[in-house]
Order: sequence, then C-alpha cells, then structure tokens
Amino acid sequence: MALPNPLKELFDRPPTPGVLGVFAHLDSAVAAIRTLKAGGHRDLTVYSPIPRHELEEALDQPVSPVRMFTLVGGIAGCTAGAWLTLWISYDWPLVVGGKPVGSVPPYVVIMFEMTILFGALSTLLGIAFNALMAARRRGTIAYDPRFSNDRFGIFVPCGADRAPGVESLLTGSGAEEVRRA
Amino acid sequence: MTAPSAPPSVPAAPARVTYDYVTRTIARTLGDPSRGYYLLLGAAVGLLSIGIVCLLFMLRYGLGLAGYSHPVYWAVFITCFVFWVGIAHSGTLISAILFLFRSGWRTAVYRTAEAMTVFAVMTAGLFPLIHIGRQWYFYWLIPYPNDSGLWPNFKSPLIWDEFAIGTYFTVSTCFLILGLIPDVAAVRDLATGWRRKLYDITALGWRGSNEEWRHFTRGYLYLAALATPLVLSVHSVVSWDFAMAIVPGWHATIFAPYFVAGAIYSGVAMVITLLVPIRRLFSLEVLITEHHFENLAKLCLLTGMIVGYAYTAEYFIAWFGGNPYERAAFWYRAFGPYWWASWTMIICNAFLPQLLWFKKIRTNITALFVLSIFVNIGMWFERFVIIVVSLAGEPYSPWTNGGYNPTWADWGVMAGSFGWFFMWFLLFVKNFPAVSIAEVKEVLAPPQAGRH
Repeated sequence: MALPNPLKELFDRPPTPGVLGVFAHLDSAVAAIRTLKAGGHRDLTVYSPIPRHELEEALDQPVSPVRMFTLVGGIAGCTAGAWLTLWISYDWPLVVGGKPVGSVPPYVVIMFEMTILFGALSTLLGIAFNALMAARRRGTIAYDPRFSNDRFGIFVPCGADRAPGVESLLTGSGAEEVRRA
Repeated sequence: MTAPSAPPSVPAAPARVTYDYVTRTIARTLGDPSRGYYLLLGAAVGLLSIGIVCLLFMLRYGLGLAGYSHPVYWAVFITCFVFWVGIAHSGTLISAILFLFRSGWRTAVYRTAEAMTVFAVMTAGLFPLIHIGRQWYFYWLIPYPNDSGLWPNFKSPLIWDEFAIGTYFTVSTCFLILGLIPDVAAVRDLATGWRRKLYDITALGWRGSNEEWRHFTRGYLYLAALATPLVLSVHSVVSWDFAMAIVPGWHATIFAPYFVAGAIYSGVAMVITLLVPIRRLFSLEVLITEHHFENLAKLCLLTGMIVGYAYTAEYFIAWFGGNPYERAAFWYRAFGPYWWASWTMIICNAFLPQLLWFKKIRTNITALFVLSIFVNIGMWFERFVIIVVSLAGEPYSPWTNGGYNPTWADWGVMAGSFGWFFMWFLLFVKNFPAVSIAEVKEVLAPPQAGRH
C-alpha cells in the first residue's frame, strides 16, 4: 500500500493551466501586455532576458518591498554596532589615553561598517524572500529556455474555455509562438 | 550544450550585436579549456605551492624566518595586505559606483572586476593571519564571550580594520553572486551534461519573470548604494591603521583619500592586467573593445594624478611644515638606504601614467598591459615605502634605525599570494560567465518589430 506523501504535493505540484506566448520583439510583448490587461487578464507572468522599463511600465507593478528590508537591516546594524562597542567597553573598562571608557567617535567606524553589513545581508534576504518565493510559487508555470537568451514570454493563466481567445490575442499582438500549458 | 561544448571557434560578429550573439559568445568561454589555460592555472598552483611550503616552514620555526628585525615588525606581509585590499577597490568602483552613475561601458568589464575584488580581499585577508604568527589563535580577533572576560579594544584601528575587511568581503561576495544569478540561468538554459547540473543548482531557479526582476533590480540598486560608501570606508580604515599611529610618514590627515585613490589606481591597473589576456584567450574582442580599455586608462590617469598630487603634498608639507622629525623621515625616504624603493614608487605611479594623456597609448592594448604591470609594481612599492621605510628610519629614536631585508620566506609567501589569487580567478572565469550576459544586453537596443 502506498503511503500518502505530504511532500509530494508541496514539491510536485501540477502545472498551472494557461497559455504561453513567445515574443521575438519587445514592443510586441508590451502591446500584448496592454491588450491583455485591457481585456481583464490579471496575474500575468512576463519573462524577459533583461529587466526593461517598458515591461515594468506596461505591467504597472508596485515598488518592490526590498527597500524596507534594506532600511530595517541598516538600522538594526547601526544599533547593533553601537550596542556591541559600548556594552563591551563597559563590560571590560579600559581607559585609553585618558578618554572616556565609551568613546563614541571611534565606535562610529564600527557602527558604520555594521550598518552596511546588516543592510546588505538583509537586502539579499529581501531579494531571496521575495524573488525566490515568487519563482518557487511560479515553478508550476510554463517556461521556455529561450527566455533567458533573446525572447520575451507572457504566460496567461486561464482555463481551457478562455484559452482560444487568449491565443488569438497573443498571436494578434505578434507572438511568434503560442502554446497551451 | 550548444555553446560550451562546441568547438572553440569564434562566431562571426554580426552587423548588429544581438542578444543571442551576446549569450553564445559569453557562454562559449565556459567550454573545455585550452592548453594555454591549463598552463596558466598550473603556474598559479605552482606559485601557491611555493607559498604554502614557506608558510609551513614558518609555522614550524616561527616568524623569525621572515626578515623582521628591530624596528621593522610590519613588513612584507602587511605591505601585501594593503596591496591586495587596494587591488580589490576598483572592482567595487566599476561594479557599484559606475552602476549608480549609469555608465554603460562598465557592463562589459564589471564582472571581471567584481570577481577580482572578491579574490583580492580573500588574498588580503590571509596576510594579517600570516602576520600574527600563531595562526591557531586567529579567533582572538573576534569579539566573542570568553572565560577571561576579555574583549577587543574598539578604540584600536586594527579592530576597525577587521570589521571593515570582513564587511567588505561579505558584501562584495553577495554582490558578485547576486549579479551572477541571471547569467548562470542563461548559461543553464544552453548547457548539457554535468554543467547543466552545476548551473541548475547555482541559478537558484531563476527564470527572469517580472516578479523576480522587480525585486532583483531594486535589491541590486540598494546593494550598489551600500557598497559605494563601503568601498570608500574600507581603504580609509586601512589607512588609519597607520595614520592613527604617531610614526612620521604614517601620521597624516591626507592618508584616507590618498589611500582610496591609490587603491582604485592599482585596482584599475590590475583590471587591465587581467582583461587583456582574458579578452585574447576567450576571443571577446567584439564585447570588450578598445573603448573599454580607453575608459579604464582614463580612470587610471585620473587616480594616478591624485596619487601624484598626494606624493607632492606629503613631501611639500614635510618640508614646509617645519617639523624636524617629519623632515628627517622624508629625507630618509628619498635619499636614505631605501632611495631605490621610493623612486620606483614615484616613477611608476606619478610619472609613467602621464603617458596616458596620449590617445595612441590609451588605445594601444599592449602598451596599456605593460603600463598596468608597472603601476602594480609601483603601488606595491608605495605600500612598502610607507610601511617599512617609515619604520626603518623612524626619526624619534635614530639610534634604533635599522635595515630590513626580506628573506626567502617573505618572497615565497608573497609569490604564493599571487598564485592563490590567480588560481581562484582562473577557476572562476572558466566556470562562470566572466562577462555579464544580462548587463551587456541591457546596453544594446532591444529587438523591436516596429509595428506597434
């Protein structure tokens, strides 16, 4: 008797039904996005070999939340730097050159470096959290290896009933290849 | 794999460089290596083994094998440390600062520069550890709770340095890896066999969807914005290792900008030294053009002028400031037993780069390659002069002045550091795209149908 495998559902999810259009030209892809959005299609996945502002504008997405990760990480790093240096100074008081035990000016260097370190690591975490999660969530969505080279792709999630309409829409916008997933 | 396992023939350059051409030309560099590559790698590993042998001898018999003699206890190892940290800097300048300035030419050269940064910091980081002598106690540098209740002294520039170098290594590694992800994905989609497996893992599932690019581009921007002040701070902090001390020749307010300019100067020279053979070996003439070299040469000229100005200012202030100790230190530097080191540094760093005023030299790759090696030699001597000569001729106690001669152990470990650096660099350029695929495409005109 086969035992149920809860991980299978997590890692081997069925592909999302929809239509994938392959575009050789950027302006055709942008036109297709605009037409699709006008036609009420949401949750499009647009593949491109490089980030292009034309695509961003057509998709009209909100600003990435990564900036909050950077800000929080930076502030946390600065605080950690101040805490580390001051707490350590008073935990093992060492008078150097008759200066106060906790002398802030030299500690600014440590606070600065920790701001950058924590800010950068947390930015990386922000990208990983947002982009990799997005990639993982979209792992069930059709992909074509040409998208990392020189083709643009648009995936429209839809049921079999709406697929023919989407197909003709993508072809009409200039897709060089359209296939169902 | 269409590209990497294909014969290493160069695809004919199209009339207009297309996305596809860029992907294939760069992916082709990851194919089976040529004999020349193995020869270079063998030479690097050979040098590294010399360094390892010398290091093992020093572990067994102690630091006495190096040429340390009173009053010179900071010598070739610290010189090498500053030299390699300096090399690292131009990588971040090209990858982060020029990114913020949106200068298009950086796209073809920044990956090489960024990889150079990471490996140079890796090399630099070894030297303080070699220098401390008892390497097995290296963790004493780290603030960690211990039974003795001891903590490092945060008023010491050496601890600042540890934080600066540690942060720099971490951040530049993150920056390099982040930039690599889309490129590795592009190579993955062309690869077959074991390379496919390698890139499948290292691409981290990247597909270039709008959701990924949205976070990636933002995050990349912030990392660049964080790396920019970081790179300026790192060599400033390294300079404070010296400037905070009262040794004449070290104790100067000019040190931070002087060191940062010198670091970028030597780093740009090293980028040229590395790019020339890579461009030849991988036939990347279409992507890395004379224009790129000319821009690097201009950067070299600019920073070389700043370095030349700093030399002038140092000597001028030593004379004009009227401090007899300062004056004695600089007299010793220019006309003492180490005159040859000082004049090598001045000729290589302040006079030779003046040749770059001529466009003929800036666009002559061979001339640039030769010049870049002289700059590297000059910049190594700059650190040697600042560190060793200032200590040897320390004018407060002239009766202790003494000569210092590096021994085979010093030279061996230094040679090993070059081997270590080139080994990592060569392994990198053969296994990962040495030119950014995505960013080179970004400066091309996108394919347009023109119907809309």
